[in-house]
Amino acid sequence: MSQATLRVQKISGHAGSVPGKDTQREEVVCKLIDTTTCIGCKACEVACVEWNDMPFSPTVFDNTYQTMPETRWNYWNLILFNEHEREDGTLQWLMRKNGCMHCAEPGCLEACPADGAIVQYTNGIVDFQQDHCIGCGYCIAGCPFDIPKMNTVTKRVYKCTLCADRVSEGLEPACIKSCPTGCLHFGIKDDMKDLANTRAKQLKEHYGFANAGVYDPPGVGGTGVIYVLHDATNPEIYGGLPSNPTIPTSVTLWKHPLKWLGNLAIVGGLVGLFVHYLKFGPKSREDEDIDAAKEKE
Amino acid sequence: MSYPDQILPHARVLRYTFKERVNHWVAALSYIYLMLTGLAFWSPSLYWHAALFGGGPLSRMLHPWVGLIFTVAVCYMYVLWSHQMRFEPVDKEWWNSLHYYITNQDDKMPPAGRYNAGQKLLFWSFFFGGLLLLLSGIVLWFTDSIPWSLRWLRYVAVLVHPITALITIGNFMIHVYMGVFAERGAFGSVIRGDVSLAFAKRYHPGWYREIVGSTERSK
Repeated sequence: MSQATLRVQKISGHAGSVPGKDTQREEVVCKLIDTTTCIGCKACEVACVEWNDMPFSPTVFDNTYQTMPETRWNYWNLILFNEHEREDGTLQWLMRKNGCMHCAEPGCLEACPADGAIVQYTNGIVDFQQDHCIGCGYCIAGCPFDIPKMNTVTKRVYKCTLCADRVSEGLEPACIKSCPTGCLHFGIKDDMKDLANTRAKQLKEHYGFANAGVYDPPGVGGTGVIYVLHDATNPEIYGGLPSNPTIPTSVTLWKHPLKWLGNLAIVGGLVGLFVHYLKFGPKSREDEDIDAAKEKE
Repeated sequence: MSYPDQILPHARVLRYTFKERVNHWVAALSYIYLMLTGLAFWSPSLYWHAALFGGGPLSRMLHPWVGLIFTVAVCYMYVLWSHQMRFEPVDKEWWNSLHYYITNQDDKMPPAGRYNAGQKLLFWSFFFGGLLLLLSGIVLWFTDSIPWSLRWLRYVAVLVHPITALITIGNFMIHVYMGVFAERGAFGSVIRGDVSLAFAKRYHPGWYREIVGSTERSK
């Protein structure tokens, strides 16, 4: 959404090199979400809607706290409430703030064919530029987290910007600012990883969560949004957080080997046909046909 | 097989009726649009194609609709031509002699009928290719409406659509090369409808015998 003053290190659908790459001394930023101290107050949701000037979305009520079933093109930040029954029969009420993970290797950007519609800034934020978006929805196919959502009227895709406009001005994202429990943190990636690991250690040693851990999935090169989970061995229980997210294999096959094989085949075919014509020429001359026709007459 | 072959003045013979010609060009022009806009989405180096057709968003919006036009044309082609495109014993011999065809030694080719084996294969590859492109294209058209639980549909479509498109592009290039450059007279036949008897005799001897035979019988 915002170009701000951030420089770009990756561009979707871009032929040639990226102008901003390696030009800026910039730390990689990161949002830390500690699911163990989230109380599900939804202040972050409201702050997101407020800061980004998005209209209020209609809510649903099905006797749960989940008054918004899923993120929408104009609702980027959503707490997922999950009732998880443990093996011993006890219940765990898990709350996870869901939104764009800002992957270091973003599947959306990989899949996008429109020049400059998806960028990754040098601070790691992945941002959609709707003025370049063509509405093809390939980013939806490329994302392992089901994050990009399309406005079906304008045919543009939207998602969390990690408040790139605020971050570029030295502010923390709106959701972080609004969190009353301090379960949300924002800073440089290394610091956030340290903090997350310290918290996970604490959960293991003092709170009996033997499987507590940090979610920073390596399959997408690590993420700009990391979680502390009570049970990092089973992230799926947090509303389907994938245990080993990667860019879908078919997207990788399509964008790498197939693209090069296809381009080679097209160029090879054109060259081959041209050389064939130079060597063998047409099967007959037009005038031969005319001569033959005259003979018939 | 009865076909309204008409011998025309100046030793020419009708090869494609008006209906066939119109349908061919509906398919051809829609295919060219689909290929160029499709290549724009295929490679960043070819994204400028989209500018030729009104920009990226418009190209993305119209590509599926033009795809439907192409589908209709291919279906009508099936109605018009499928019975003439059945493979026959001579087609196998034709394939076995392909090297003679490629090196322009057409006199050594077994006698092809109205369509040679290569043309038949082209027809069927466009027919089944069109079907696959339609099915995968529908998934990509409404990709944002597909629920997360059916996301494998998207993963299949993003591979099937370009692979099939590439195969049809290969066939398209050979088709244009044959029709415009290699077989003089073929391009005119799909514009004006007629070919010379010499053309019929050289490239489709089986068909030629049918025409001459039927004409002689009618005399």
